[in-house]
Amino acid sequence: MRSFTYERARLPGEAASAASRIEGAKFIAGGTNLLDLMKLEIETPTHLIDVNGLALDKIETTPEGGLRIGALVRNTDLAADPRVRRDYGLLSRALLAGASGQLRNKATTAGNLLQRTRCPYFYDTNQPCNKRRPGSGCAAIGGFSRQHAILGASEACIATHPSDMAVALRALDATVETVRPDGSVQSVPIAELYRLPGDTPQIETTLVPGELITAVKLPKPIGGTHIYHKVRDRASYAFALVSVGAIVAPDGTGRVALGGVAHKPWRVEAAEAEMPRGANAVTEQLLAGAKPTDENAFKLPLVERTLSAVFAQARV
Amino acid sequence: MSKVSFSVNGEARVLEVDTRTTLLDALREHLHLTGTKKGCDHGQCGACTVIVDGRRINSCLTLAVMHEGDSMTTIEGLGLPQSLHPMQAAFVKHDGYQCGYCTPGQICSAVAVLDEIKAGIPSHASADLNALPQATTAELRERMSGNICRCGAYSNIVDAITEVAGRKA
Repeated sequence: MRSFTYERARLPGEAASAASRIEGAKFIAGGTNLLDLMKLEIETPTHLIDVNGLALDKIETTPEGGLRIGALVRNTDLAADPRVRRDYGLLSRALLAGASGQLRNKATTAGNLLQRTRCPYFYDTNQPCNKRRPGSGCAAIGGFSRQHAILGASEACIATHPSDMAVALRALDATVETVRPDGSVQSVPIAELYRLPGDTPQIETTLVPGELITAVKLPKPIGGTHIYHKVRDRASYAFALVSVGAIVAPDGTGRVALGGVAHKPWRVEAAEAEMPRGANAVTEQLLAGAKPTDENAFKLPLVERTLSAVFAQARV
Repeated sequence: MSKVSFSVNGEARVLEVDTRTTLLDALREHLHLTGTKKGCDHGQCGACTVIVDGRRINSCLTLAVMHEGDSMTTIEGLGLPQSLHPMQAAFVKHDGYQCGYCTPGQICSAVAVLDEIKAGIPSHASADLNALPQATTAELRERMSGNICRCGAYSNIVDAITEVAGRKA
């Protein structure tokens, strides 16, 4: 690990301003992803701003009847919150399907959103990777690409976003609240938080340098049956090959988002209009324009089968 | 170098460490509490599991300087050979190990798992998110998935935890 200086931030605005002022600075909260990457020298911050003291660890009810989740709420606490379990079961389920008990105890809401891909070529510093070293190429294209994206990828990058929680938040229409280095407060719909890789896969979100996530807001509950179905190589503690987050109303309408298939949680509103007609019709819309590799073409039928299982479960 | 103070197994400790020092290295190399093990050093194996402020974490994926004022319990703080913690005794009785390298992490994790179940924290294996979870085999296997045992002592580990939870193995 490269050496770095360390400070404990006291106020969100101060943290954001320090992050933009100090070259090579990064925020650290749970640290479970950042320290892993620092040990491999994939992340090489020169200064760490510890945001754990910022008092952003509460879950509050909003005047609109939704929830405002502090950026520092740990994944365990978010999944276990009685209001989340009762009204946003999809979010609890997605969190509990991710990582291990130890990691969920440390990992924060904002850190989970901003975690980096687990593409093995991003992790292997001997390989080219446009995300790690822009312009060096992509070893996943033509490499072992079983886990990679089938939608929205580019000639520069076929990595997927690893978060389960983000898939649930996308289906729940969450909004991300931030503070920028200039002190301004922003509200970003989660649909607009993530970027597709394009020519600049190293830029993963629409946040500006130094912008700090302070909270995630959920609109008031919409009811329905909440299901998160994650398909992976092990029964526990593995990333998704494909995951489906769904909210299904009694009349069969609802919302669907996919994980494990793209650089961001994948949701297509036109596909949701097909929900009463079943998994086949929904899949056709969701996977329009899919470009799998030879190794991950299995994800196309897997999406349809997983959707089919989710809709069957919703009918029980 | 940075100064940090925290309590380990009930004893106040003050350390002067490089900011890069993980909590795991602080415990092993600075405080010579070598019960906590370094396996993968990347949060994948669970050998470094310790309990900080009542919660199990991977000590390899956190910096010592981030734990100012915290209270931690390592395997040495749970029990010693002459005064075993019930979970340690159950691991011995049920042969919940072979080489023993993952065992301190398994035991710290297992103690915290039973607290998590008591606190009503659900898991991926909980059929009903809104019901109180029970220490069933399915629940224990899911909740212990962050602790890998190369020797494959899993079924005996589950038996040991089940006994401490007060259920029939």
